[in-house]
Amino acid sequence: MDDPYQILGVPKTASAEEIRKAYRRLAKQWHPDTNPDKPEAEARFKAISAANALLSDPEQRGRFDRGEIDASGAERAPPGGGWREWAEAPQGARYQSRSHGFGGEAPGGSYEAEDFEDLLSRAFGAGARAQAGGRRRGADIQVALHVPFLDAVRGATRQVTLPDGRRVNLTIPKGAEDGTVLRLAGQGMPGRGEGAPAGDILAVVEIEPHPLFRREGKDILLDLPVTLQEALLGARVEVPTIEGPVTMTIPPYSGEGTRLRLRGRGVDGGHQIAVLHVVMPKGPDPALEAFLRDWKPQDGSNPRAGPWAGMRA
Amino acid sequence: MGGNAGMIRIEELLGLVPEAPQAEITLWIERCWLRAERAPDGAWIFTEVDVARVRLLTELRITLEVAEETMPVVLSLIDQLYDARRTVKALLGALETQPAPVRQAVLARARSQGSE
Repeated sequence: MDDPYQILGVPKTASAEEIRKAYRRLAKQWHPDTNPDKPEAEARFKAISAANALLSDPEQRGRFDRGEIDASGAERAPPGGGWREWAEAPQGARYQSRSHGFGGEAPGGSYEAEDFEDLLSRAFGAGARAQAGGRRRGADIQVALHVPFLDAVRGATRQVTLPDGRRVNLTIPKGAEDGTVLRLAGQGMPGRGEGAPAGDILAVVEIEPHPLFRREGKDILLDLPVTLQEALLGARVEVPTIEGPVTMTIPPYSGEGTRLRLRGRGVDGGHQIAVLHVVMPKGPDPALEAFLRDWKPQDGSNPRAGPWAGMRA
Repeated sequence: MGGNAGMIRIEELLGLVPEAPQAEITLWIERCWLRAERAPDGAWIFTEVDVARVRLLTELRITLEVAEETMPVVLSLIDQLYDARRTVKALLGALETQPAPVRQAVLARARSQGSE
């Protein structure tokens, strides 16, 4: 993956706010739903989301800046060209220390089982070894599963490739949350010895952010920009929901930050909540300016009344 | 074991790790720094973990310029370290499947031993 700063078009010194703005702008520009005619949009959009996921997390961003992780979030190989990942996996036992001849034992024999069994019998007495007759459950395989926001909300099936090259299908349940662990029983490393059960595959869900939607428990939040006119006069506007666009009514005199609820459009009985953001006209708009100059608010109220009044003292 | 997914031949291996010193690879196999099996036709075949191993060996020999005679010591230390880490991982994995009170008890005991 390319430099996430370049993807978002921000300098390395960009503030969190600048990154957030750049991401919002690009995500809107390249959202696949709004670019059906551009097949490259989806890849661009994914790259933009991934870059934002990395840079919007201060800890991840710091690690990236220090060169500890690469742009895909993977540990940047410390000396050893990625050896650690393999060496710590069960396959790493292929290179157990005594197997390359330095320790004296002839290489090529059976490995892993002995050392581990030695350790267990030392720790728990001979019983540990005898008990299962050398049978041992296979190791679990843990994998990170990056899931697009909507797939997590709606549920999906994903194919993942395991470190040993096998491909398995994983079903992401509807409403999966960050950190949800999916277990594929018996799909991990094979057990040792006759009848020993295999380990499991543990897939840890990591949800990628969505340019429009956020999640708050079962509710889906959406920032909804509206014009001054729509906010004041009310309007019917089309808004995206996780299950496709719906038309929603904005009541007259809706202020900035008003939360409007679309009942049942969230996750598992939750709601979608549209948070209104009133966008001022870019101007210049002489007619509007002229109108406002002569305009006497009917309610005559002062928005800086109340606690504000005391601030003067 | 991992890697039955693909039998990797030496030409592919060199394609995957172009910096690897081709002339040394046979030597690495002979010294058991690198494991390889023989195909029926006598050619060396490798698994994915072996490719990662070649990356490690290349990094040590070429990038870090570790001398040939020093390699056994370095490799032995690296491999021992990962033996230990795999064992710890396996134990932690086993601990994770235990009921919470057992986990707590083991953790508490390990902490108190660690600080002694």
